[in-house]
Amino acid sequence: MNIIFYISAIIAVYCTLKAVLNKHAVHALLYLIVSLLAVAVIFFILGAPFLAALEVIIYAGAIMVLFVFVVMMLNRGEAAVQQEKAWLQFRTWIWPAVFVLLLFAEWLYILFHPSIGAGPAVQPQAISPQQVGEALFTRYLLGVEMAAMLLMAGIIGAYHIGKQKQRTYHRYLEEENRLQTPVSKHQTSELI
Amino acid sequence: MSETWIHIIMVVLILLVLLTIAAGLIYVERRMLAVWQDRYGPNRTGPFGLLQVLADMVKIFFKEDWIPPFADKKVFIIAPTIVMMAVLMSFAVIPFTPHIGVVDLNIGVLFFLAMSSMGAYSVVLAGWSSNNKYSLLGGIRGSAQMISYEVFMGLSLMGVVILAGSFNLRDIVEAQRKIWFFIPQIVGFIIFFLAGLAETHRLPFDIPEAESELIAGYHSEYSGMKFGMFFVGEYLGITLISALVTTLYFGGWLGPHFLPPIVWFLIKMFAFILLFILIRATLPRPRYDQLMSLGWKVLLPLALLNLLVTGAVVLYWHL
Repeated sequence: MNIIFYISAIIAVYCTLKAVLNKHAVHALLYLIVSLLAVAVIFFILGAPFLAALEVIIYAGAIMVLFVFVVMMLNRGEAAVQQEKAWLQFRTWIWPAVFVLLLFAEWLYILFHPSIGAGPAVQPQAISPQQVGEALFTRYLLGVEMAAMLLMAGIIGAYHIGKQKQRTYHRYLEEENRLQTPVSKHQTSELI
Repeated sequence: MSETWIHIIMVVLILLVLLTIAAGLIYVERRMLAVWQDRYGPNRTGPFGLLQVLADMVKIFFKEDWIPPFADKKVFIIAPTIVMMAVLMSFAVIPFTPHIGVVDLNIGVLFFLAMSSMGAYSVVLAGWSSNNKYSLLGGIRGSAQMISYEVFMGLSLMGVVILAGSFNLRDIVEAQRKIWFFIPQIVGFIIFFLAGLAETHRLPFDIPEAESELIAGYHSEYSGMKFGMFFVGEYLGITLISALVTTLYFGGWLGPHFLPPIVWFLIKMFAFILLFILIRATLPRPRYDQLMSLGWKVLLPLALLNLLVTGAVVLYWHL
C-alpha cells in the first residue's frame, strides 16, 4: 500500500507543478487531470472509495468544461504561449514561493512534533458510500443545504445570462420562433 | 499463488474475448444493416463473408499512419488510446457470472460513471489536437453532448441503486432474483438506454461525427490504426452499454437453469447489441439543438421524477 501511495503522490506533485508551469493552456489542463486522478488513487487506498469515484466523476470530469472554455476563448496558438511566458517571470514567483516555503516549514515542524498535530494517521478504515450519505444528511445537513443554495444561485445566474444573449441566426429556428410569437417583418430582416 | 495466476489468466481471456467481440461486430453490423435494408452486405470473403473482419483488419493495419504536420502531435497520439482504455477499464466491474469477472468493487456503478466521463476526453482531445475546424466542431459538440447525457445517465442508474441498496454490480444482479429491474424501473431503463446511445455517440446521436455536416467530425484527420482505435472503441462502447443494461435491468446472468449463467448473459447482451444496430438502421439523425433540448427538457426532469418516486416508494413500503 505504501509504495502505491508514494508513486501516486509523486505523480500528483509532479503533475500539479507541470500544470502551473506549463505555458500551453491545454497541456496544463491535461496535467491537472492526471494530478486529480492520482489524488483519487490516494483517496482510494486511504479507505474512501466513494470519495475517489466522486473525485474522478466531478473534478476530473469537470476539467472538461474548463477545457472547452480554453478552446473557445484562449485558442490563439503561439500568441497565448508568449503571453504565458511573459507572466511566468522570476518577479511573479517570489511571493508564492515564500508562502509555499512557509507552509513547508510548518509541515516539517508538525511532522517532527507529532503532539501538535493529530499525530500519526489512524489505521485506514474503509468508509462505505452509505456512511458518507448518512453523515451528509444528518451531521452536515446545514453544509449540504448551503451548498445547494449556492449552486441554485449559480444556475439561476447562468440562466439569466444565457437568456439575454439568446439570438437565432438559423432559418429553421427562426421559423419555430415565428410560429410561437409572431415577429414583424422588420425584426426578421434584422435577425438575418 | 495459483489463484492469482488463475485470476490473471481469466483477466487476459476476458480482454481477448471482448476485443474479438468488438472486431466481430464490424462484420455483424454491416451484415445486419444489409439484411434489414434488403441488401446482401459483405458475402464474398469466406463463408457468409465471415472473413471480412480479417480483410478489414489487414486493410486498417497496412494503411499509412499519417500524423498531420499542423496537429498537436502528443495529444493527437494519446487521444485514441483514452477511449480504448476508459471502455476496457469499465468492463473490469462487470460480473459476467458469479465467478467470471475482473474485480468485485463495492463502488462498481460509480466506477463505470467515472470511466465514461474519462472517455469523453478522447473525443474532445482528438477534435482539438487535429487543428481542423470540422474536427474542433465535432469535439465541442461531443463534449457538450457527453457532459449533458452523463448527468441523466447517473441519475437514471440511481433508481436501481436504491432498489438494490448497493453500488456493487454483483449485489444488484442478486437483488433481481425475484423481479428484473426493468419492470419497476422502466423509465430509468429507457433513459439509461438513450443516454447510452448518446454516450457511445451511435446513430441517431452520432452528431459529433455527422458526416453530412462535419466530414467525419473529431476523427477526420485520423487514419490507419489510430482511426481503428476509435472504431473498435465505439464497438467496445456498444458492448459495454449492452452488458450494463443486461446487468442492471435484465438480471445479468440469472435465468432458467437449462443454460449456464454465462450463456444467459451473452444472449441478453447480444440482443441489446442487435437493438443498437437496428436503431442505427432505422432512425434518422436529429438536429443538434433538438438533441440537447431532448436531454435537458425531457430526460432530466423524467430522471429526477423517477428517482423521487422510487425513493418515496422504497421509503413508504420499506422494500
